[in-house]
Amino acid sequence: MQSTDWIVITAGLGALAWVNWYFFLAQRGVAATVATTGTAGMQEVHIAVHGGYEPAIVRVAAGKPVRLIFDRQETSSCSEEVVFPSFGVRKFLPAFQTTTLEVTPPLAGTYEFTCGMGMLHGKLVAE
Amino acid sequence: MTTATTEKIVIPVSGMTCAACQSRVQRTLSKMPGVADASVNLMMGNATIDYDPGAVNPGTLVETIRSTGYGAELPVVGQSTFDEQAARDEATSAEFSELRRKAIVSGIAGAIAMLVSMTTMGGMTRGPITWFLLALTVAVMTWAGRHFYTRAWAAFRHHSASMDTLVAVGTGAAFIYSVIATVAPGFFLRGGVQPDVYYEAVIIIIALILTGNAFEARAKRQTSAALRALAHLQPKTARVVRGSDEVDIPINDVKAADVVVVRPGERIPVDGEVISGTSAVDESMLTGESLPVKKATGARVIGGTINGTGAFRYHATTLGADSVLAQIVKLMRDAQGSRAPIQALADRVSAVFVPVVMSLAIVTFVIWFVSVHASGGLAGAAAVRGFATAVAVLIIACPCAMGLAVPTAVMVATGRGAEMGILIKGGEALQRAGDVDTVVLDKTGTITEGKPTVTDVVSVPGASRQANDLLALVASVEASSEHPLADAIVRHAKELELTVPSVEGFESLTGRGATGTVNGQVVAVGNERLMTEQHVDTAPLRADVERLSAEAKTAIYVAVDGALAGVLAVADPVRSTSREAIEHMRSIGLHVVMLTGDNQQTADAIAAVAGVERVVAGVLPEGKVAEIKRLQAEGRVVAMVGDGINDGPALVQADIGIAIGTGTDVAVEAADVALMRGDLHGVGQAIELSRRTMRTMKQNLFWAFVYNVIGIPIAAGALYPAFGLLLSPILASAAMAFSSVSVVSNSLRLRRARFT
Repeated sequence: MQSTDWIVITAGLGALAWVNWYFFLAQRGVAATVATTGTAGMQEVHIAVHGGYEPAIVRVAAGKPVRLIFDRQETSSCSEEVVFPSFGVRKFLPAFQTTTLEVTPPLAGTYEFTCGMGMLHGKLVAE
Repeated sequence: MTTATTEKIVIPVSGMTCAACQSRVQRTLSKMPGVADASVNLMMGNATIDYDPGAVNPGTLVETIRSTGYGAELPVVGQSTFDEQAARDEATSAEFSELRRKAIVSGIAGAIAMLVSMTTMGGMTRGPITWFLLALTVAVMTWAGRHFYTRAWAAFRHHSASMDTLVAVGTGAAFIYSVIATVAPGFFLRGGVQPDVYYEAVIIIIALILTGNAFEARAKRQTSAALRALAHLQPKTARVVRGSDEVDIPINDVKAADVVVVRPGERIPVDGEVISGTSAVDESMLTGESLPVKKATGARVIGGTINGTGAFRYHATTLGADSVLAQIVKLMRDAQGSRAPIQALADRVSAVFVPVVMSLAIVTFVIWFVSVHASGGLAGAAAVRGFATAVAVLIIACPCAMGLAVPTAVMVATGRGAEMGILIKGGEALQRAGDVDTVVLDKTGTITEGKPTVTDVVSVPGASRQANDLLALVASVEASSEHPLADAIVRHAKELELTVPSVEGFESLTGRGATGTVNGQVVAVGNERLMTEQHVDTAPLRADVERLSAEAKTAIYVAVDGALAGVLAVADPVRSTSREAIEHMRSIGLHVVMLTGDNQQTADAIAAVAGVERVVAGVLPEGKVAEIKRLQAEGRVVAMVGDGINDGPALVQADIGIAIGTGTDVAVEAADVALMRGDLHGVGQAIELSRRTMRTMKQNLFWAFVYNVIGIPIAAGALYPAFGLLLSPILASAAMAFSSVSVVSNSLRLRRARFT
C-alpha cells in the first residue's frame, strides 16, 4: 500500500464519521423551542415546514393542550402531511398556508412527529 | 342586518359549556365595531358573524373571541371534508403536470447531450462542444432538477436526509467532476486519466428520476381515485320549496327541514326523509347494492345517490359535515392516512436509510480506489472507478419504495372497500382483518332482519271469522301497547291495509299480554299464562303452537269473549341473503359462530335456516364479551359482527368489530369496519379484501427491501470480481425510477380485485 491509499482510507473514515455524526448525533444538539402560552392558557408554537421542521424540537407542558401552527413554505410532496403517531393524527398541510392542529400530550415524555413518509422528524418534549 | 357590504363567517368556538358562556361571547362580538350581527350557537360550538370587511378582519374576530377566554380558530382554507380533498387533488395534479413537463424537457436535453457526446468520442473532447454540454447541464440542473438541490439543502440544514439528498449528492458529484475535467483537464492528464465528462449522465439521471416521480405522482393520484369519486358525488345545488316556488339554491344554504324536490334521474342533493311521492333510488355508489332501493313516505334518502324514474319531496335532515356522504369521505380520508403496524419496520429502516447509503458510498469509493490502485492501476484511474461506483450507489438506493409500500396499499384497499360499501377504518384494521379466522355473528339484526314480523295467523278450526278480521281485532288492542311484538302486529295490519277499530278499556298485563274491548267484544291477547288466567282452553291449537315454536317463532294466543279465537306467530325472519353469505364465509375458511340470547331450540332453528355450524344460545348481552374472550383464548382471531347498537362492548373486545349498517349510520364508533349494506355479504368480502391487501403489502415491502439489498451491492460492484459487471449511474437511475413505480402499480392492482 502506498501513501495515497492511506490518505484515501483516512479521508474515507473521516467522511464516514462526519456523515454519521452529522445525521445521527448532531441532531441532538439542536436547541429546543419552548412553546409560548397564548390566550386561554393554550400553548402555542409556530413551526415552519421547509425541508424539515423549524423548530424541530418543541418543549411543552404535559397535560395541557398544545396548538401547533404549521406553515408549509414549499410544494415538495414529501412534507405534504404531518403525522403524530402517538396521537393518531395525520394532517394534510396545503402548500404556502398555515394549518393548525391541536394535541394534548397526556404525560411527560417525548412525542415524535414526522412527515407522511417518515423522512422528516420533529419532537414534542412534554415536561 | 346583513347588507351588501357585510360578509358572513362561521368561526368554531371551543370551551363553551353553558348559556352564560354563549351570551358572553355573543355580547363581546356584538359590541365590536364593524360587526353587524353575531350569533353564537352553544350546541354547534360556533359563532356566525356578519361583519364589515372594511372595518374588521376575521383574525381580529378570532382574537376577540379568544379574549373572552374561549378557544377559537379560523376555519382554515381546505378545512371542510370536500374542500380538503379538492385541495389535495389540486396539489397532486399540479405536481404531476410540473414533473411531467420537467421530465419531458430534460429527457429531450438528455437525448441531445447523448448524441453530442457520442460525436465527441472520437477524440475531440475539448472545445466548444464540452462547454455547450456544460451549459445544457447547468440549465437542466437549475430548472428541472432545482428542487432536488433546494430540498436536499433544506433537509441538510435540519440534520436530515431524504431521497433528494441522494440525487443531489450523486448528480452534484458527477457534475463537479465534469466541470473540473472541462475547466482544468490538465489536472486529470497529470494523473494519467482522460478528462472525460459525465454531463449527459447528469442530465439523463435527472430526467429518469423525474419521469419516475411523475409516474409515481400519477399513480399516487390513482390510489385515491375512489375517494375522489365519492367526494364528487355531492351535487352543488338543491331544489327546495320556498313559499310557493321551487328554487335552486347552493347546497350549503339548505337548512334542516327544508323541503327538497327531486325529479326523475336527478342526484339527491342532501340527506333526508321522504314526505311525498315514491321512487326507486340507485344507492350503489355508497352501499355497493346494485338493485335500486324503493323509497316511499318515511324512507330515508342519502345525498349523492341517484333517483330513478319517480319524483318525490323530502325533508332535509343531516347536512354539511354531518351528512352521510361527508362522514364517509372523512372516515375514508382518515383511514387512507392511517398507518398499518406492518409499516413499523419500513419506518425504522427509512429513518436511517439515507445516511447509511451515503456511508456505503464512501466505503465503496475507498475499497475501489485501494483495490484498483493495489492491482497496479494509476491513482487517477482508481479514483475514477471508485467515483463512478459511489455515484451509482447513491443513485440506485431508493427509500421511496419503502415509504410507499404500505400506505399506497392501504389507500387503494380502503377505496376499493368503499366502492363495495365496506368502510375499513384504517391500516391497522385492515391488517387485523386479514388475520381473522373466526367470525362471530350476533343473531338479532345481523343474521336476522332484527325486526319482529308477523309470519302466521292461525284461526281455531271451524271459526267463521276471517284471518284478517282476527288480525284487525288484535291490532286494535295492540295499537295501545308498547310491547315490541305489538308493534309488529300493528305494522302488519297496516301493511295489509286493514281497518283497525278503536279499543276501549285497554289494559296492559306485564309479562302476560293485554286486554281490551273492541266493537263490544272482549279481546285478550297474550301468552299461555294469560289464557290460563282467563280460563281459556288452548287445547284446540296446541299442535300449531308446538309447530310454530319449533320454527323459532313466538306464538301469541287470542281469545275473544273468553273463547280461544286463534294464534298469531311473530318471528324475526332470517335475512334472505344470510345463508349464501355464511356459505361464502365458510368457503374462504372462516369458522362461523352464532351468538344469541334465545333458547337452544329457537337458536338451532335459526342456525339451520342460516347454515351456521356452531351456535352459542342463551347468551346475555354482557355474556357476549366473555364468549369472544373464550374464543380468543382458544387462539382464534375473532371478528364480531353486530349492529353496533347493543353489541358495542363485544365489537370492541373482538380483534375486529364489524358493524352491519342500515346505510345511514356510518360512524359506528366501536367498529373497525362498517358495512353500508344491511346484509352479511360484506363480512366475507371485507376479510377477503384485507387478506389480499396484506399480501400486496408484504409483496411491496419484500420488493422494496430486496431491491435495495440487491441493487446497492450490484451498484457498488459486488458482481465485478465474478462477472466483471458494473452498473453505470444511468442504469442505476433507471432502476431506481422503476422500483417505486412498480410498488405503487402493485398496490393499484387491488383496485381491480373482484370478490364474490
